[in-house]
Amino acid sequence: MRYAETGFNLEIDLSRGNIEQVATDPKETELYLGGLGTNAKVFWDRVPPEVDAFSPDNILIFSAGLLCGTPATGANRTIVTTISPLTKLMGFSIMGSYWAPELKYAGYDKVIIRGKSPDLVYLWIHNDKVEIRDASHLKGKGAIETQILIKQELNEPKAQVAAIGLAGENRVYFASIEHDAASAARGGLGAVMGDKKLKAIAVRGTKDIYIARPAEFMELLKEVWEYMKFRLANPIPETPPINERLGIPQEMSVHDEKFHANYGSWGNSRKIRLDFWTPEVEKEWKETLESMRTRLISCYNCPLHCKATISPPGLPPYMMKCYSKMTYAMAAYSTLDFNLKIAQRAFEYGVDSISTPQVIAFALELLEFGVLTDSDFPGMPTDSEGRFYYLLDKIVQREGIGDVLADGSYLAARKIGKGAEMFEHNTIKGQEQVNAKALTLDPLYFLMFATGEKVQITQIQGQFPQQPFRSRKVREEFVKDWFQVPDEKFKQYFVDWQRHREGPNNNPYYPTAKMSCELVDWMERMHYVDDSLGMCGGLSSWNQKPPYHLHNFPKFISAATGIDMDTDNLVQITRRIRTLIRAINVRRGLRRKDDKPPQDNWLNRMPELEDELLDEYYKLKGWNKDSIPTKESLHELGLDYVSQDLIARGILTDSEDPSPKGTSVEGVKNYSRGT
Amino acid sequence: MEVKKKKKIVKIIKVNADKCNGCRVCEMICSASHAEPKYSRTNPSRARIRVIRDPLTDMFLPVFAGEYTVAECAGRNKYTINGKEYGECAFCRASCPSREEFKEPDSGIPLKCDRCEAEEEPLCVKWCYADALTCEEREGETEEGGKPEEMETGLESMAAKYGMEKVLDAVARMSNKG
Repeated sequence: MRYAETGFNLEIDLSRGNIEQVATDPKETELYLGGLGTNAKVFWDRVPPEVDAFSPDNILIFSAGLLCGTPATGANRTIVTTISPLTKLMGFSIMGSYWAPELKYAGYDKVIIRGKSPDLVYLWIHNDKVEIRDASHLKGKGAIETQILIKQELNEPKAQVAAIGLAGENRVYFASIEHDAASAARGGLGAVMGDKKLKAIAVRGTKDIYIARPAEFMELLKEVWEYMKFRLANPIPETPPINERLGIPQEMSVHDEKFHANYGSWGNSRKIRLDFWTPEVEKEWKETLESMRTRLISCYNCPLHCKATISPPGLPPYMMKCYSKMTYAMAAYSTLDFNLKIAQRAFEYGVDSISTPQVIAFALELLEFGVLTDSDFPGMPTDSEGRFYYLLDKIVQREGIGDVLADGSYLAARKIGKGAEMFEHNTIKGQEQVNAKALTLDPLYFLMFATGEKVQITQIQGQFPQQPFRSRKVREEFVKDWFQVPDEKFKQYFVDWQRHREGPNNNPYYPTAKMSCELVDWMERMHYVDDSLGMCGGLSSWNQKPPYHLHNFPKFISAATGIDMDTDNLVQITRRIRTLIRAINVRRGLRRKDDKPPQDNWLNRMPELEDELLDEYYKLKGWNKDSIPTKESLHELGLDYVSQDLIARGILTDSEDPSPKGTSVEGVKNYSRGT
Repeated sequence: MEVKKKKKIVKIIKVNADKCNGCRVCEMICSASHAEPKYSRTNPSRARIRVIRDPLTDMFLPVFAGEYTVAECAGRNKYTINGKEYGECAFCRASCPSREEFKEPDSGIPLKCDRCEAEEEPLCVKWCYADALTCEEREGETEEGGKPEEMETGLESMAAKYGMEKVLDAVARMSNKG
């Protein structure tokens, strides 16, 4: 009997049209939990570094988290894992809504897809009945439209569908996978789906998910609900209104966008407009949102309603969440009205809401400075909004300059040449980043930007406030009921953290390198727990003082699965998963030189401090100075199979000495994002 | 004739579909709480409530499982309310041969909402954070054996149809058997 999980994966070979239901080893659950953790294990075992994103040997995993389908509130995340065409690393993007629980109820923990179909197909999973079906009639259809059409043709309104739009079909490197109000958008994983000629996966399940110790589990859940209600009534002080309560950023219900608008950077992530947000703007944007927003909506088994249905006049309705409300407006120096309208087209195409507007703004900057010329943009309108629509179409259709831009700004800059690289300044490891710029290096954010394996700041930050609160008194008050901290010392770190005018304990030298490493390690850990359990960050990793934390998660896991779990064990598991993912990417050529923030993220950089931070952080993680996990730490994590492989490949040496920086290894390509 | 009056509590679940966000916590808690042992398994297909959810047409409608019926209706209804067209059988609570709704997915045994008899209040209501589901209790009185005037109305129509003599004969035969 398996608890919380189904114990079965669905293995699909699209080249041969083969479908198998494969029982999984319960030991893997003890070592890697599920979701991201077990995805990484499958990835290490099956995807050697020679395999690139568009190889038939690249696998595409859709996984439910370990707790999805149980009564655990907010456990509804699907973790999609494949090689990212954008970063060339193991990409993992996560989506909410309803897909993962439905997969569990159909009797599977993961769908693992390999090979390539000769023709466009979709997958229909209905409990034990699994079919690869023709999708030629869905070619070119929008990602939202496709979901509707598939449910209609199957006559299954309760089926949950994840689909790509035209961008995925055309292998745009920042294509998303769309499902209901959710998107697995970062990393361009939709392009891999399109490359495999897989238009969609529809799933419907009517089976049971069991839990091992139900009474204990429900007691824990009761506590979570009580605390959730307390937190909704008690916002975090001195925090932007969109983030002061629980859930993902509340941008569908909160109108105050001063935080993003005034402190984010506009255009090609260039201009800070400190005076942008005025009462007049707020009034206008509020009216826009309220006139187009039909309803606030939830994900499966979570009472929060962080998402919304949007009905722009004259356009089909769609669903939106979070920061996609702002990114097009800011890149185009435009309005919320424009953003809500163009987002409809973008979600139908299935493109990432962070990369897409920035790639477009980057191209327009190249035109402005003469790197590209009018002849590269035949027939382009003259207004900013018109240009965004024009370029969105060109990119998704891979037409003309759009074909170059569809590879993302990093690769496009290198293809265009003529100094275009100078304008591509907001990427990490080849992926566009959130549009934010600041003055002086922040040690916490330096580490998170540089080292996060998801290459996305929001997927590593969360537990610790972004800035010190106004006075020691306010900070002391805040830590009084901060029971979520893994160690009491974190409270002191926060209390001693000062505003610049208050004293010397602020960036770049406070928190100290050691403190920063510990804090980042904690923040990141919470995401690895969430991504393995399928928990929404909005109730855990993303927010300060969340209802799920390192002290109650082990109890949930124990009660759900029957596996003995305590905090130490959970910490060890997340270290194992984290290290395994780094090893997968190290095997693909990733090194210290790639662990960098966006180049002009801060005006004042501190090269020595940055080196110290990386040294300290790698040490804490059990990695050598070149970010390669050491033989010793791999052994301690039960990952001897990893060190054996790294030694065999000459990446690690048998002695304890780390390999020298930048060693080129025979048989393994140096990590390169191409030219 | 003295009619016995019996008091009972009527649980009225009020559905405010305008407040529903479609989270389906109600389906989750219903299926889990009716499991044996309690909460040991979750499966929304076993729930005695379902949320008809189609966000793009703004349809969010919690429906409770009602009576089992051996035969489906003659014909179908389709409702349009505020421009939203609800599917055939949308508002129907029956566990019926025409659809998979409100049946155990494996055995096909019909499901019926019991208003969580053993609980203080129905659990779907307790767990509905949006207050789309609320519950009111009303004390009702039922008269044992039904109201005498209703019986008389029934007998009168029988007498009109078959004649008083046949009705009296039938009553006599039935009382002899009794």
